[in-house]
Amino acid sequence: MVQYVFYFLTVLALFSACMVVLSRNPIHSVLYLIVTFFCLSGHYLLLNAQFLAVVNIIVYAGAIMVLFLFVIMFLNLRQDVEPPRSLLWRMAALVAGGLLGLVMVAALKQVSMQSPSKEGFDSQVGLVENLGQVLFRDFLVPFELASVLFLVAMVGAVMLGKRDPGEPTI
Amino acid sequence: MQEIIQIVPLNWYILFATVLFSIGVIGVLFRRNALIVLMCVELMLNAVNLLFTAFSAYRSDASGQVFVFFIMVVAAAEVSVGLAIIVMIYRNLKSVNIGLLNKLKW
Repeated sequence: MVQYVFYFLTVLALFSACMVVLSRNPIHSVLYLIVTFFCLSGHYLLLNAQFLAVVNIIVYAGAIMVLFLFVIMFLNLRQDVEPPRSLLWRMAALVAGGLLGLVMVAALKQVSMQSPSKEGFDSQVGLVENLGQVLFRDFLVPFELASVLFLVAMVGAVMLGKRDPGEPTI
Repeated sequence: MQEIIQIVPLNWYILFATVLFSIGVIGVLFRRNALIVLMCVELMLNAVNLLFTAFSAYRSDASGQVFVFFIMVVAAAEVSVGLAIIVMIYRNLKSVNIGLLNKLKW
């Protein structure tokens, strides 16, 4: 049963990831990317990482993708005006990316992972309680630095988005 | 219900994350729309996130999942600044075609 869920989520995630790249309309790309994120959240649930599944939906599928949709509609990019790359360029991109994937798969295929022992397995590791303990005990300084990063990003976004007085609107 | 780590080998997760990452790389090279290039970068980050989570679950170590949390933080900051830059580019060029930004090459 579980492995069929795994297959289903994997195939759906790969299909929608391909459609992100291939669809002509940017809004369709965003919607397919949301499907991919939901599939990855399903994978997180299968792996007993409930906190990450919820955060993935809230942060990625919720906040980030709404930001993308907002920018697309704001700039009125619904119709595709982007001229396609030349055939040679597209073939080169496909070969380069495909070779990267091939080399990585070939290198990682031989890696033998020791199967996890049944007694060493802790199903509670991905729950909020445990992750909160780890985050606020062992990773407190990086957590606080992340808030500084957010502040800098916020200031940067506001500064980049602000118009000078004489500049025309959009 | 059986745990997934007893049924699905870790290598399948490695394979899946690698293919997802490669699709992201192909997308970055393939498209000219700056927004879709940014989306493909998100796709690559998510492939890495999945691999982190898989290793964390298979080894019962919570540090990997905390790391995924930090990657999400960085991704959110990156997207906010990146989209601000794209809006700025559109305001100046009336286009989001990255082919027009070829002065950045040299």
